Amino acid sequence: MKVTITVNGNQVAADVADRTLLVHFLRDVASLTATNVGCDSTSCGACTVLMKGAGEVGGGKSVKSCTVLAAQADGGEVTTVEGLAMKGAGEAGGTGEMHPVQAAFHAEHGLQCGFCTPGMVMAAVSLLAENPSPTEDEVRTALEGNLCRCTGYHNIVRAVLAAAPAVSERRVG
Amino acid sequence: MSILGTRVVRTEDPRLLTVGGTYVDDLRLPELADAARITFVRSPMAHARITGMDTDAARQAPGVLAVLTIRDMDDLTPPPPPEPGSVAGGGQVDEGAPLPIGGLWSEPLLAIDRVRYVGEPVAMVITSDSYQGEDAAELVSIDYEPLPAVIGVGGALGTPTLLFDGTDSNVPVDSGEAADDAIFEGCDAVVERTIVNQRLAPMPLEGRAAAARFDDGKLTYWVSTQNAQISRFILAGALGMDPGSIRVITPDVGGGFGAKVGIDRDAILVAWAARKTGRALRWVETRSENLVGMTHGRAQEQTIKIGGTSDGRVLAYRLDVVQDTGAYPRMSGFLPFLTKLMAVGPYDIANVQTKSRVVVTNTTPVSAYRGAGRPEATAAIERAMDLFAAEIGMDPAEVRRKNLIPPDKFPYSTPTGATYDTGDYVTALDKVLAAAGYAGLRAEQARRREHGDVLQLGIGVASYVEITAADAAAGETARLAVHGDGTATVYTGSSAHGQGHHTAWAMLVESELGIPMADVTVIHGDTDLIPEGVGTYASRSLQLGGVAVHKAALEVKEQARRVAADMLEAAEADLELDTGRGAWQVRGDPGTGRSWADVATHAGADGLTAYVQFTGGGATFPFGTHVAVVEVDTETGKVRLIRHVTADDAGTVVNPVLAEGQRHGGIAQGVAQALLEEMLYDADGNPLTGTLADYAAITATELPSFELVNSETPTDINPLGVKGIGEAGTIGATPATQNAVIDAVSHLGIRHIDMPTTPSRVWAAISGATPGGQGGQMKGVSR
Repeated sequence: MKVTITVNGNQVAADVADRTLLVHFLRDVASLTATNVGCDSTSCGACTVLMKGAGEVGGGKSVKSCTVLAAQADGGEVTTVEGLAMKGAGEAGGTGEMHPVQAAFHAEHGLQCGFCTPGMVMAAVSLLAENPSPTEDEVRTALEGNLCRCTGYHNIVRAVLAAAPAVSERRVG
Repeated sequence: MSILGTRVVRTEDPRLLTVGGTYVDDLRLPELADAARITFVRSPMAHARITGMDTDAARQAPGVLAVLTIRDMDDLTPPPPPEPGSVAGGGQVDEGAPLPIGGLWSEPLLAIDRVRYVGEPVAMVITSDSYQGEDAAELVSIDYEPLPAVIGVGGALGTPTLLFDGTDSNVPVDSGEAADDAIFEGCDAVVERTIVNQRLAPMPLEGRAAAARFDDGKLTYWVSTQNAQISRFILAGALGMDPGSIRVITPDVGGGFGAKVGIDRDAILVAWAARKTGRALRWVETRSENLVGMTHGRAQEQTIKIGGTSDGRVLAYRLDVVQDTGAYPRMSGFLPFLTKLMAVGPYDIANVQTKSRVVVTNTTPVSAYRGAGRPEATAAIERAMDLFAAEIGMDPAEVRRKNLIPPDKFPYSTPTGATYDTGDYVTALDKVLAAAGYAGLRAEQARRREHGDVLQLGIGVASYVEITAADAAAGETARLAVHGDGTATVYTGSSAHGQGHHTAWAMLVESELGIPMADVTVIHGDTDLIPEGVGTYASRSLQLGGVAVHKAALEVKEQARRVAADMLEAAEADLELDTGRGAWQVRGDPGTGRSWADVATHAGADGLTAYVQFTGGGATFPFGTHVAVVEVDTETGKVRLIRHVTADDAGTVVNPVLAEGQRHGGIAQGVAQALLEEMLYDADGNPLTGTLADYAAITATELPSFELVNSETPTDINPLGVKGIGEAGTIGATPATQNAVIDAVSHLGIRHIDMPTTPSRVWAAISGATPGGQGGQMKGVSR
C-alpha cells in the first residue's frame, strides 16, 4: 500500500507491504537508522519515536515504532532522534546545537554503547513535554518501558532531571 | 595540570545522540547494498534426533534465494580426531583453557543428526528481506525424534541419558580434589549449605549481528563483537582460510558483557554462507533468538562450608562448584577455574579447599557474562560469611573486618594460587559503612522489628576482591602516529562497545604529548588497519590497551625530542615539551617553541610513529565493599532496593566519569541477578523466559540512584597504576543485595533465600518462618 509520512519535517512516500512496521519504514524507506530494534515484544523501547497522527494537534506522543504499522502513521508526522537537534549551523535559523535532552545525556554520561539511546532520548522528550518538572521517581516510572543494559539508569535519570529546566525554557522562548 | 583524573565527557556521544550509532544492521555500504538476509531455523526441541529434513517448500517461497543445511556443508574439513585420554577424547583432567573442549564434546556449526538445546541452529534461510525470511523459515520441515532432556545440575548427574556419544558421563571436566574435613577441626562453629547462582541472559541491547561479503578470495566480515582480531582467528580456523584474506570490521557494538567475546557458530555460519552462495549476506538476530541463542552466564550450583571461632575468626572454607555449561562446553573449563582462584575473596583464611565439575545439559551454552566466574566466587564467600556471622551471632560487617587481609600483608598470596597486588580492604569497608550510616541503619532496623512493621529493613554487606586482566600475558597493541598537521591517530587492538575507549585513549595522548583530545582520532576494530590485537574482556582494556597507548606516546615523545633538537640546534637534554600548549622548546625559553605540526612535518612521512605490543602487565586485583539497603514487604514478599552504597577501588582513575559509568552499570546488573533475573527451563528443556516479556530485565523503576564512595589505591603492576573497573560493580552488588534481602527477614529465623529473591520466594520464606527458625521449607529457601 502507499504510505506517506512526514518524518522529521520531510515527506516520505513509498509503496510498502501492508505489514510493514513503522520502525522498518523509518530505517529502510526513510534511511534513518538511529531508531533501533532491541526486542520483539514491545518491551525494550529502543525504537521509541514521537508520532502525531493525521489530524492530531501538538508535538506528538511517544510510541514504540516496532508496534505501529507504517500504515497507521499514514498522513501523520514522526520525529526521530535525527530530527531532534536544532537545525544545523548552515541552515536558516539554525545553531547546530543539540536538543537540551541530547545535551544533558552528553553532559551527564547518560549513554554508553548508544543502542538504547535514541529511544531513551525520545521517551525523555515525551516525558518532559507532559511533565516539565518531574521528580526522580516520576522520571524512573516514565522510563520503565525503555531498557538500558549499560548505565544502570543512574546517569540517564540525572540527565532527564538536568534537562528539564532547559526544555521548559526552550518551549517558552 | 594533566587531564588524567579529571571529569571529561565522552567524545563518542554527539554522534550517538544526534544521528545514532552505526551498528551492523545500520551499515548502508555499497558492499552490502544487495545483501540478502539470513534467518535461522532453530531447534524447538531440547534434545532430539533429526530423522528428516524437507526444505522444498521453503525453497519455493517468495523471496527465497537459498536454504542451507548440514547437507550443504561439503566445503569444510572436519577437525582432527582428539588425542586419546585428553578431555576432548573423553578423558577427564583438571581445569582447562578458555577454549571449547572439542573432540567427543564438540559443537557442530549446523546440527548434524541431533539437537541438544532449544535454539540450536539447524538450517539457514536466505531471502531478499527479513519478513520473507520469517515466513520461509516456518516452511522448513524437520523431523525430530525426542530424547529425554537433561536439565539442571541434578539432572545431568543423576540421569542415564548422555548428551554425547562415546562419553560415559555428562561431566566433561572434573577437577577431582577430594574434600578433607580435617580443615574444620578446631572450629567452634561450622556451617554448610548448597546455594544456586542462577543462569542469566547477558542481553546486550544489540543482539548478535554479522554481515559478510566474499569477493575474489577475500572475505570482508562486519560483526558485533568485543574482539575483531580473535574473530578473524576463529573464522580462519573454521573456514580453512588464511587470516590475511579475511578482513574483520567491528562497527558500533551495542553492548557485549562477555557474551560477544569472539564469535560463535551462528556468526561463523554467516561467513560460511556468504562464501557458499557468493552473495553478500546479513544476519541480525531477534531478541527471542538472542535469549536462547546467545550464550548465558553464571549457572553454578555451589556447596559452601565455612568454620571459625566464636569470636569471629574464620579458620576454614570449602567451595565445591558444579558448573552447568549448557549443551556444549565452550568456556567450561575456565569459568569454575576463575571461581576457584578467587574463592577465598578478600579474607585471610588459612585453610581453603576448592573443587569443581562441569556438566552438560540440554540448555543454551554458558559462557562469560560480566565477571565470568568471579561474581560466582564472591557470591559464595559472601553468603558464607553471613551464614557464619549468623551462626555465631555477630554483626556481618564486624565478621568481615576481623577477617579482611590487612594492608601490611600485600602482595598477598592466597591458598588458591592468586597473588593480590595492592589493597586496603579495611579502609574501603569502613568508608562505605560510614557513608551508608551503618549504625543508624541497624538502629532503624531494630526499631522496625520491635514495632513489627510491614516494611522491614535489610542491610547487606559484601566485600570483594576480583581479578582483572587475568590473561595479561596476551597483552595489547597500540600504534600512534603524529601527522604533519599536528593531529594524531591511535590504532588500538582494544575494542570499544560503550566503555569510552576513544575518550580515554585521547586523554592519555593529550596528557603525555599535549596534543588536544579534539585532534586525536582513535581507530579500533578493523583487522586490515590493526592486524594484531586482543580486544576487550576481563576488565583488561585500560591496564593493557591504555598502557600500550601510553607507552606509544612516550616513544613518539622521544622521537619528537630528537627531531626538535635537530630543528632547534639544541641538545636533546635541553629540550622540554610544554604539554599545556603542545610545543617543544629549549628549556625555559617559550620563544623557541615548535608545534607538533612543525616537528611532525620536519620528521617527514612516518617520522613520528610508534607501535607497542604491551605484554608487561600482570593481573591486578580491584577490591571494595558494597552496602545494599532494602525494604521487604513482609505481607507480599516484595523487595525494594532503597539505597546502594559502594567503594570500588580499581587503582588510579583516569576519568571519573567513565569509571562511575562502569560502576553504575555493573551495580544494576548485579542487583538484577539478586532480585529479578533468571533464565528458566521446564523439565522438557523448554525455555520459560525466552522473550523480554518473560525475562525480568531490570528497569529504572527497580533501582535507586547509587551512592559511590571514592577509593584509589594504585597498583605497581603497570605504569598508570590502573586496574580494571568493568565488572567490579556486578561482583559486589549481587551478594550485597542478596544479603540485604535475607537480613531483612533474618529475625524470622531465615538464613538463606536463593537468587533471584522474587516476591514468591521471599513470601514463601516468610510464611514458613516463625521466630526461632521453625517452619516449613521450600526449594531455594532455608533456615
